Amino acid sequence: MPFDLLKSDATSIAQAVRDGSVSAETVVSETIKRMAATEPKVGAFLQQDAEGALAQARAIDAARKQGKPVGRLAGVPIAIKDNIHVEGRPTTCASRILDGFIAPYDATVTTRLRAEGAVIVGKTNLDEFAMGSSCENSALKQTRNPWDVTRVPGGSSGGSAAAVAARSALVSLGTDTGGSIRLPGSFCGVVGMKPSYGRVSRYGAIAFASSLDQIGPLSVSVRDSALTLSIMAGRDDHDATSSKRAAPDYVAELAKANIKGLRVGYVPAYFDQCPDKEVAKTCKLGLERLRNLGATLVEVNLPNADHGIEVYYVVASAEASSNLSRFDGVRYGMRADKGNAIANYFATRGAGFGTEVKRRIMLGTYALSAGAYDEYYGRASKVRTLIVNDFVRAFGGCDLIVGPTVPFTAFKAGEKSDPLSMYLCDIYTIPASLAGLCALSLPAGFSKAGLPIGLHLQAPPYAETTLFAAAQALERDLGLDRLAPIA
Amino acid sequence: MATATTIKYEPVIGLEVHVQLKTKTKAFCSCKVEFGAPANSHTCPVCLGLPGALPVLNKEVVTLAIKVGLALNCQIAHRIKFDRKNYFYPDLPKGYQITQYDGPICFDGILELPIHDASGAPRNCRVTRAHLEEDAGKSIHLEGSTLIDLNRAGTALVEIVSAPDLRSAEEAHAYLTTLKRNLSYLDVSELSMEKGSLRCDANISIKPEGAIKLGTRVEVKNMNSFKSVASAIRFEIERQTKVVSAGGTLHQETRLWDEDQLCTRAMRSKEEANDYRYFPEPDLSWFNIDRKWVEQIQSSLPELPEKRLLRFLDDYKLERGEAEFLVSERELAEFFEHAVKLYQKPRKVAAWVAGEFSHAMQERAIGVKGLKITPAALIGLMDLLDAGKLNNVTAKEVFAAMLDSGEDALAVARRLNKLIEQDSGAVDKAIIEVMLEFADKAVADYKAGKDVALGFLVGQVVRKLKGKANPKEIAPLLTKAIRG
Repeated sequence: MPFDLLKSDATSIAQAVRDGSVSAETVVSETIKRMAATEPKVGAFLQQDAEGALAQARAIDAARKQGKPVGRLAGVPIAIKDNIHVEGRPTTCASRILDGFIAPYDATVTTRLRAEGAVIVGKTNLDEFAMGSSCENSALKQTRNPWDVTRVPGGSSGGSAAAVAARSALVSLGTDTGGSIRLPGSFCGVVGMKPSYGRVSRYGAIAFASSLDQIGPLSVSVRDSALTLSIMAGRDDHDATSSKRAAPDYVAELAKANIKGLRVGYVPAYFDQCPDKEVAKTCKLGLERLRNLGATLVEVNLPNADHGIEVYYVVASAEASSNLSRFDGVRYGMRADKGNAIANYFATRGAGFGTEVKRRIMLGTYALSAGAYDEYYGRASKVRTLIVNDFVRAFGGCDLIVGPTVPFTAFKAGEKSDPLSMYLCDIYTIPASLAGLCALSLPAGFSKAGLPIGLHLQAPPYAETTLFAAAQALERDLGLDRLAPIA
Repeated sequence: MATATTIKYEPVIGLEVHVQLKTKTKAFCSCKVEFGAPANSHTCPVCLGLPGALPVLNKEVVTLAIKVGLALNCQIAHRIKFDRKNYFYPDLPKGYQITQYDGPICFDGILELPIHDASGAPRNCRVTRAHLEEDAGKSIHLEGSTLIDLNRAGTALVEIVSAPDLRSAEEAHAYLTTLKRNLSYLDVSELSMEKGSLRCDANISIKPEGAIKLGTRVEVKNMNSFKSVASAIRFEIERQTKVVSAGGTLHQETRLWDEDQLCTRAMRSKEEANDYRYFPEPDLSWFNIDRKWVEQIQSSLPELPEKRLLRFLDDYKLERGEAEFLVSERELAEFFEHAVKLYQKPRKVAAWVAGEFSHAMQERAIGVKGLKITPAALIGLMDLLDAGKLNNVTAKEVFAAMLDSGEDALAVARRLNKLIEQDSGAVDKAIIEVMLEFADKAVADYKAGKDVALGFLVGQVVRKLKGKANPKEIAPLLTKAIRG
């Protein structure tokens, strides 16, 4: 049977490459062709590396012929969000301030994926420094949604989600701080997974908000998500916040999965008060399907989660204001030379950062300032603890909490110009980030307009196995098999 | 008119001391710590503040900080966290310094100072806290440009903050020498103000004697020796007293000590100071300090000077001044104890070490390690003295030569021809010569009952023998010869 990129997932490709039924070179050259066809309309990539990818693919094929192990992701074309380092290539964060910066080292996830044969085909667009929900805050490129190119792919990992939706990569990496993997996953109809905080090393991912950031996969299938996470997860001595807890083989766990008796929690208001009735209906159906598959539904209450947005924009902005201080033009990236250190700071940061990044730096700087700390950062940290406690209590009575990933489907480019309305996109995804949960957005259906709708599954920290089990059961039950109408 | 009453002012001083820890690698990365290496040669993504790099705590830093805390009689926290202090400076690569804001690793310590109050009780100074932090890089300002060396960026510091318990420049000086003395026992730092591994800032205010409310505080920086700390404090007390006595007001400010002009100058006022926006460092998790670990560190410490001082007073019955001197440096105390094991007269050894030894160190401006003499060699010298092979004068000459050559006492005494030989012919000859030479004067005086004249004559005999004689042996021989 000839190889069909559009009907494959990473798991099937890696299997085929390993057993020799398709060469990695074929997979990668098909991907490059696909990229050439879709990119003019989608614009998911900030950098492509056809040559490097082909060379790596050939090396995999040669190794296989010599009987050497080629890895669990052998030949799988993977795209990496451009805030994660790939040694020797620029890391831009879609910002002008990193002009000319070349990553001098690989992120830990890059090293681990490459070691398993993943082929890096390019680096994807994002909202500048991962701050945004539509990918429109990129200073370098506008990415569009493969399901409707007049619409946004979601953000901040918009390029990564669009690339997988367009099949110009089979797996991509995103980073999720308040929903940045799950939201674009939902908008683009792909599986977007945020691991538990500490599950994946953050080393080599440019920090936005250190206490929230996690790297995670966007993929065609749940099993691909499990496979990719299995490779990335686990202690890294370069990241003090990475967990020492052993990472299970999520793929092997999936084979044993059974969701009979799984207690699935839901917050009724997330359905009843969802502004988009189609989203609410599709998600409710997902919930019903889980019940039909043997799960029991439990109503849960997360009273403090409603304050998630306020807490998030204080905590994340505070951390960002500090994390982004290093972009000062002294050692790397852009430098506006005005003759003295202070003037250089103002000029470099004034010209190098975009509006949204500046807004959050200002917000965060204020939240940490001497007179405002208690009222903002201090109070937000306390409410964050209350939200964590809400989840602890809720997970006492259920194994999973399910709801819509986003209150609506992908919106038109340029439609949301008010930052506050943009911030509300993350209303359902932020609480899981604040509490360090693992969570996943699963394609659950389509609107009448043909736009994907994502179902949000959330499990307690380090309960990825439960998350994948439920997601895969539902994925099979739904049997969605639609491809974005692009090229 | 009533006579104007002069208000007496009392100074209140607190010191902040930065100690660079002698770890093998930096606080949050594995770059080597080395003074004087080529600029920027010990750097990596973490200490360069490259995007995506994360700090990982070096456990050795915690061990050394705990040692510092124990040597300052501090409590040790059960668990610690780090905070970020945010400010922009070209030699601060991340735009923030990792430090400990509200939870220092060591707190509530105390130091007993080697000075006493009017009632004779020793003066104490409380150590409020000692916390861990990373150092910044170094800016090297040239004409028209600034170079940055980040070798120092990320090296570990302990900042030791005293309570405002000090009342004079002398007390501040005593606090610093005691602090340095205690830390020198731990081998945790070079403790060199010259090399910047020890830095001190002083907070100084004055208040009317007996008042409870503290005056406006001035922070003074840029002192490069304990002596200049004391001078700066003296200057500042005088300056503040003048301002206040003249009816002026003081401003809370930072001033720099000018070593050339011997005065402090305003640097920046606190009103326009940075808001450092401290918040918990999210890249590092809480670090637990197990009590067993603290106990292990405690038991690995050498005997600390306070305890050693008491033991020296008790066991060896030394003079307090001598004992204080001996414990002022770990090597000195160890040299002394080693020597005492070989020679059972501790007070005699102490007199030598506190006397000639310390004199030689001061003269050469070197420490014990710099002197080429071992405890055994010193005892060798004292044995020669006891055996009458050297006298007090020649013994000192031999000692001085030993320090330079590193030879043992006997070899030096022979080389310098100072050894007293039993040559009665030479002694008799010298006695006769002296008796003839001074027959009219000293000999006659002695015969007339002036006993002091004997000492003079003995000295003359020893001189004739070029010092190779023991005055105690010469005296009876001389007496016998004169009395005939």
